[in-house]
Amino acid sequence: MSLTADDVTKIAHLARLGIDTQDIENYAKDLSNILNLMTQMGELDTEGVQPMAHPLDQVQRLRPDEVKEDNQREHFQAIAPQVENGLYLVPKVID
Amino acid sequence: MHNKTITELAKDLRAKKYSSVELTQFFLDRINQHQALNCFISVSEESALKQAKAADIKLAKGEATALTGIPVAQKDIFCTQGIKTSCGSKMLDNFIAPYDATVIEKFNQAGAVMPGKLNMDEFAMGSSNETSYYGPVKNPWNLDIVPGGSSGGTAAAISARLVPAATGTDTGGSIRQPASLCGITGLKPTYGRVSRYGMIAYASSLDQGGPMARSAEDAALLLQTMAGFDPKDSTSVDSEVPDYSATLNDSIEGLKIGLPKEFFSEDLNGDIAAVIEATVNEYKKLGAEVKEVSMPNLKLAIPSYYVIASAECSANLSRFDGVRFGYRCDKPADLTDMYTRSRGEAFGPEVKRRILMGTYALSAGYYDAYYLKAQQVRRLISDDFNKALSEVDVLMGPVSPSTAFAIGEKSGDPIQMYLSDIYTIAINLAGLPAMSIPAGFADAKPVGLQIIGNYFAEARLLNIAHQYQQVSDWHKQAPKGFE
Repeated sequence: MSLTADDVTKIAHLARLGIDTQDIENYAKDLSNILNLMTQMGELDTEGVQPMAHPLDQVQRLRPDEVKEDNQREHFQAIAPQVENGLYLVPKVID
Repeated sequence: MHNKTITELAKDLRAKKYSSVELTQFFLDRINQHQALNCFISVSEESALKQAKAADIKLAKGEATALTGIPVAQKDIFCTQGIKTSCGSKMLDNFIAPYDATVIEKFNQAGAVMPGKLNMDEFAMGSSNETSYYGPVKNPWNLDIVPGGSSGGTAAAISARLVPAATGTDTGGSIRQPASLCGITGLKPTYGRVSRYGMIAYASSLDQGGPMARSAEDAALLLQTMAGFDPKDSTSVDSEVPDYSATLNDSIEGLKIGLPKEFFSEDLNGDIAAVIEATVNEYKKLGAEVKEVSMPNLKLAIPSYYVIASAECSANLSRFDGVRFGYRCDKPADLTDMYTRSRGEAFGPEVKRRILMGTYALSAGYYDAYYLKAQQVRRLISDDFNKALSEVDVLMGPVSPSTAFAIGEKSGDPIQMYLSDIYTIAINLAGLPAMSIPAGFADAKPVGLQIIGNYFAEARLLNIAHQYQQVSDWHKQAPKGFE
């Protein structure tokens, strides 16, 4: 299994990850090698094996839907780069 | 002071031989003297001395715990309120968390002093501590070799006696492998034993924080502070925490040790195999019985791990988009440009490689072939461990197939780097606890013995490690120039 430079460009777009053009071939080579390693799993018959998503097979713990956190706006905004009148200031990125 | 154990330091503090402020200043000076090792990303001198002053008051009032006034550094993956948490990445170079991770809170409550945040592979992705944005950490045993990763800063700092103990995290071996390569003691607890709240996530079903120290006795004191149920972490396990120090001196007469034959293949360096064999023989002298066991699916641990870890990493790291916190690119043209350039400019090559791999493995049409298959293989590997551990009390073997390699030797070949985790990765897939303890040297470089136990058997592992450390002195040896 090998990936082309076009494949890498497509995956990078899906991940919203900027990759320098001169690095794409290297990523294609490395990812192809890693995929070959992963393809070794195909040797094993896993028909009917229950997938293991959690090491202890625990179910997700739930809690009552109650408000517990205090309002910490001032505390959080103290470390923000730019704040005005209790609001975060961010650069305009949408016209 | 730098060669003393935590217990000895605590005793001296109570006897007023020196104050916590003096002890903290001593280690801060030592950290400053050995900056060439590049162990620390941040040194928090001011806050450490403030904590030390508070510890001295607690000590004077007789309110101290085992760790009160003791310097304990933190891997830079744990969020610390008011002190930078970079996770070894340019992405978080400007990030100051507004809260403490649960592990940090617990150390603060115990009265420990944090002298700084330790260097690590970027987002804990690496086996050599060469992927950090802040540069590679040097191994104090030989400045040209790696300390291992991703908790390499922790392992090197403890080995060089810059701190008595510190924390690490282990997703595929990142506590045990650097502990082995630097000649210290490291314990990866059972998944869920130590809270992951405030520990920056890489692969959520594998990541686990744990203690790193020079001895099992000191590691027990750290784990006592770190372990326990945390309602803020949905993967935290609600079960009682035993007294880890209380059982250190229990006899190990009749202990059944399993040696997985797959751990001793031709890939293992012969000198390392000899060290492991000699250590197992010492255990026999202490009354242990040894049996060969088999783990037939172990060879597929690396492919399974890299699918699962990459998939989880691509999901976890999607939060770093330049919007809410962390690095943001300059003058973005539009929203997509901001996401793409912020991530592209701030992540290093290994992080990008794993995000790309994970995105591919999870993308439409490939999920069953990679992710689902990897989780099925994970089940079979876990079953192998369950079967082996139903026949014996613990498993023993090497931590790493080779000793520490030269800086730069494997950094251009990700596959070679991934294969260096062959003996540690499977344990994370199964979620079991495991330790690395100093067992000797090969080619003048430290070699660790790995001890793997059943779920929540940390007390037993520490006991087994401590018993060996009563009859050996590998854990007491210091690198030249750091004695």
